[in-house]
Amino acid sequence: MMELLLWFTQFENTKPLALLIFFTLFCGILFYVYGSRKRSQRLESYKNIPLEDDDIEFKGK
Amino acid sequence: MAATGTAATVNSNEQYNYDIVRKFTIMTLIWGAIGMFVGVYIASELAFPVLNFDNPYITFGRLRPVHTGAVIFGFGGSALFATSYYVVQRTCQARLFSDGLANFTFWGWQAAIVFAALGNVMGHSQGREYAEMEWPIDLLILFVWVAYLTVFVGTLMKRKQPHIYVANWFYLAFILATALLHVFNNLAIPVELFSMKSYSLFSGVQDAMTQWWYGHNAVGFFLTAAFLGMMYYFVPKQAGRPIYSYRLSVIHFWAIIFLYMWAGSHHLHWTAIPDWTSTLAATFSIMLLLPSWGGMINGILTLSGAWDKLRTDPVMRFLIVALSFYGMSTFEGPMMSLKDVNALSHYTDWTVGHVHSGALGWVAMITFGSLYHLVPRLWNTPMHSLKLINVHFWLATIGILLYITAMWISGIMQGLMWRAFDDFGNLQYSFVESVAAAHPFYIMRAVGGAFFLAGMILMCYNMYKTIRKGSVEPTAEQQVEGKLSANAA
Repeated sequence: MMELLLWFTQFENTKPLALLIFFTLFCGILFYVYGSRKRSQRLESYKNIPLEDDDIEFKGK
Repeated sequence: MAATGTAATVNSNEQYNYDIVRKFTIMTLIWGAIGMFVGVYIASELAFPVLNFDNPYITFGRLRPVHTGAVIFGFGGSALFATSYYVVQRTCQARLFSDGLANFTFWGWQAAIVFAALGNVMGHSQGREYAEMEWPIDLLILFVWVAYLTVFVGTLMKRKQPHIYVANWFYLAFILATALLHVFNNLAIPVELFSMKSYSLFSGVQDAMTQWWYGHNAVGFFLTAAFLGMMYYFVPKQAGRPIYSYRLSVIHFWAIIFLYMWAGSHHLHWTAIPDWTSTLAATFSIMLLLPSWGGMINGILTLSGAWDKLRTDPVMRFLIVALSFYGMSTFEGPMMSLKDVNALSHYTDWTVGHVHSGALGWVAMITFGSLYHLVPRLWNTPMHSLKLINVHFWLATIGILLYITAMWISGIMQGLMWRAFDDFGNLQYSFVESVAAAHPFYIMRAVGGAFFLAGMILMCYNMYKTIRKGSVEPTAEQQVEGKLSANAA
């Protein structure tokens, strides 16, 4: 157990590990954003939010 | 647009807290004029040292942090408070979380900038670039920032819109990152309890790296991410069409978040820092080009199919030119982060030119465009003069071009002169020869700055006239119509 903890104290180990984690995470985000047509449509629908606010304000909601 | 029966009784003032947005907007204009005036003055001091008047309080060394503090934190910071409070309310369809806390952020932030400026003029500085304020002011900023985070997150949590619009992601990242940067960069031990003087907790190369981790990420999160939040709301609003690709904006956001934090050490190339940190910083700086240009293209393509607006709408022109400068300076930055290019550019005026193509071209121009969109809506009246907006645009654009061209020539010339050797292996030029050679370009820079300042003053006048004829209450007609023809009047 101690050996494993000591492994994390070496920059030579943690730097590539961090790179691997962040890169995988970023690839995951890319896949999430572009991976599904249905999800893409839902995400793209959010772009209208700034343009909807005028209607809402003046309807007095 | 059909108005319901409640339209006459419920207006935006009751639904949203616009009072705080108005206050920050006015201070944006005031700090912009003051900060840019000080900038032009110190640029003139460099060209004509007689302007120091042998007065220690107005020397370049003391006024320079007054300039950077007033434009970054006064002008830029107030603009970010104003627009983030406006955008988060509009896109969440919820009133700000706490009017009292929001007011505290206003008075606390303004006090911090005034105290910092007075402190700098009196000679108090902790000697950290863009963080010259001594520890008592740092503590005040900390309290203000916690209040800001509370107001912003509190508003997000009470939103009526299920999705959090991407502009708010950028604003939130800016608030969180700035908190982190501010705290760690300012870890210092005061000499004694009632002394303004303190010393950094870090020393030597760690101190330098902490400072530039702060300095570069202040650029990355305060001056870039936050203003991208502004862009993602105000460009679509002014264009009257949604952002080109929402998915690209998501990728833009995460890529910037992942990459920016690693780039700071490129400010310390060829110094005592470990070589791998230098290489790492340059590598991440190069990678930053991709999300930066992705974001720029996303903003510019929002106008796709409506390019004619660039001919007819000067506010749109401000926003699109800002994006163009964003693209240009995010190309120049990675290029300057390469070690070989940096060997030429570092310590020269090229760096100063690069900073200003970002600060004037991107930050100030996107702010001008956003405020020209915002003020008519806050005071329920069209802008006083479209013609003056147009004149402002050209004064600002010509001013920036003069400024950065002068600094490119001066900087590259300095770099070449400092590294030139004669046939005997001696330095070909003395330092003072390079100073004398830069003199014409210092004059040119001051003139460019004066153009930009003139535009800023014109904007203040135009805004003053607009606010004077406007009202904080919308007219009945405006409430029924639902839309202000703010800039198309």
